[in-house]
Amino acid sequence: MKMKYDVVVLGGGAAGMGAVNAAKEQGASVLLIEREASTGGVLNQCIHTGFGLQVFKIELTGPEYHEMYIEKTGKFDALYETMVLDVDLKNGKLIAMNAHGNHEIEYRSLVLATGARERPFEALRIPGTRPSGVFTAGLAQKFVNLENHLPGHKAVIVGSGDIGMIMARRLKLEGVEVEGVYEIMPYPGGLTRNIAQCLNDYDIPLHLSTSVIKVYGKRRLEGVTVVEFENGMPLSGTERFIECDTLVASVGLIPENDLVKGKIEMGRDEGIIVDDLMRTNWDNVFAAGNNVCIHDLVDFATVEGEMAGRNAAKVALGETLPVREGMFSAKDGIRVLSAKYTTASEPFTLYIRVEKPMGIATVNLDGKAIKGVVNARPSEMIELNLDPKKYNLKGKIEISAKEVKR
Amino acid sequence: MKIIDMVCIVCPMGCQMKVTLDDDGKFVSVKGNRCPKGEAYARDEVTDPKRVVTSSVKVVGGKMQLVSVKTDGTIPKRLILDAMKSIKSSSVDAPVKRGDKVIKDLLNTGVNVVATRTVDKN
Repeated sequence: MKMKYDVVVLGGGAAGMGAVNAAKEQGASVLLIEREASTGGVLNQCIHTGFGLQVFKIELTGPEYHEMYIEKTGKFDALYETMVLDVDLKNGKLIAMNAHGNHEIEYRSLVLATGARERPFEALRIPGTRPSGVFTAGLAQKFVNLENHLPGHKAVIVGSGDIGMIMARRLKLEGVEVEGVYEIMPYPGGLTRNIAQCLNDYDIPLHLSTSVIKVYGKRRLEGVTVVEFENGMPLSGTERFIECDTLVASVGLIPENDLVKGKIEMGRDEGIIVDDLMRTNWDNVFAAGNNVCIHDLVDFATVEGEMAGRNAAKVALGETLPVREGMFSAKDGIRVLSAKYTTASEPFTLYIRVEKPMGIATVNLDGKAIKGVVNARPSEMIELNLDPKKYNLKGKIEISAKEVKR
Repeated sequence: MKIIDMVCIVCPMGCQMKVTLDDDGKFVSVKGNRCPKGEAYARDEVTDPKRVVTSSVKVVGGKMQLVSVKTDGTIPKRLILDAMKSIKSSSVDAPVKRGDKVIKDLLNTGVNVVATRTVDKN
């Protein structure tokens, strides 16, 4: 089938729903393409609370956030259980496939909201066998929360990302013995509040500077060896064997951008590079959410999606958006910047991550402190409100962070 | 007097708080919270900690096998494992609407277990 829309949104998770909603509000015709059978993305399996404080001003679970946002959006055109096979950015066309066949879809603007995938355990290059019983945290979450399967009886969690800690609690509540959470870095990978409410509440130990170095088991996992690390090297003599039938890996997310790889400007972390309007290096292609950079609050992904959808609709309806004026670069102490360019036209929020934990830190713009942060941690994104009337956001802009007190 | 460190878990802001207790371990004051919920949390935490519990309940005749649920208020932390027993042993017939009460007055706490999503009939 051939179709034509002002705005096509790829991916119906937190960011994609925002894009559909905002593009619709601008009066554009919108099509959502989603590979699952419904919208919501990972929200459907995130049955815990912690969502919605920014967007709805109340605390919600993932499924509630999803349903309430869809109700707010109203009806829209969507193709579900549909995969996009190829995008022709030059001619504004894409090929999608589902059970009804191939579809050629023309767009005036495109919003990429394809989210992220989990870094698999295999990416850690840990020696040993490859038995069943090794899961990524999100997969274990899908089994337990949506499909009514328990992954095993005794679990070890490797990596202290938020989903890993949330799954430690979830498995414990479902009667699985959770031996502990092992984190190779000297500081946790997830939010401090999750250490409190997911681990401390249930006496699940968190072992920092410790990780899995070997996997045992023929058909099913029989155990792992963990060891302590010092300066990134395993400490001989600290090895410990743990009997377990389940290993849950929460070792990070990778922006999922295979569809546009090599066609669009991307960073070293495989995130799509955008400006403050969520625009890519193509004037009519926008991106938002975890395929731009990994967020720790779903609300931020939606807010970005709304911005992307709004601007995509404006371009589709003939408006010319401001050009890029400034370019950010991450300097000392900064690991992640959510945008690389700015049009310096409107105030906007840049999301940043620091490189390592700092007691009291200043975030600096061209060497000048513009924000103070207490307990800055790589796992907790910092919002930096940048107003072009207040700061010079033209030309090269250096963002750095410095610890002023431990 | 004693000062303890506490992370507020009420929302994802995760305020780092310092809670002052008297010699009997009773709440005196709190610093570092950015809203009144932080104070209420700190006060509960040193007397009888409370939590919202989220889980899932079996659905009979639905398009999904499970419906996600939450307690519609906080329950004492010490009751969580008993609450899970009630949640695990209950089931609900499809269709389920968001907000439907799946368990009323959980363990006499006055708190209900409610569905957090819609599950249509199969």
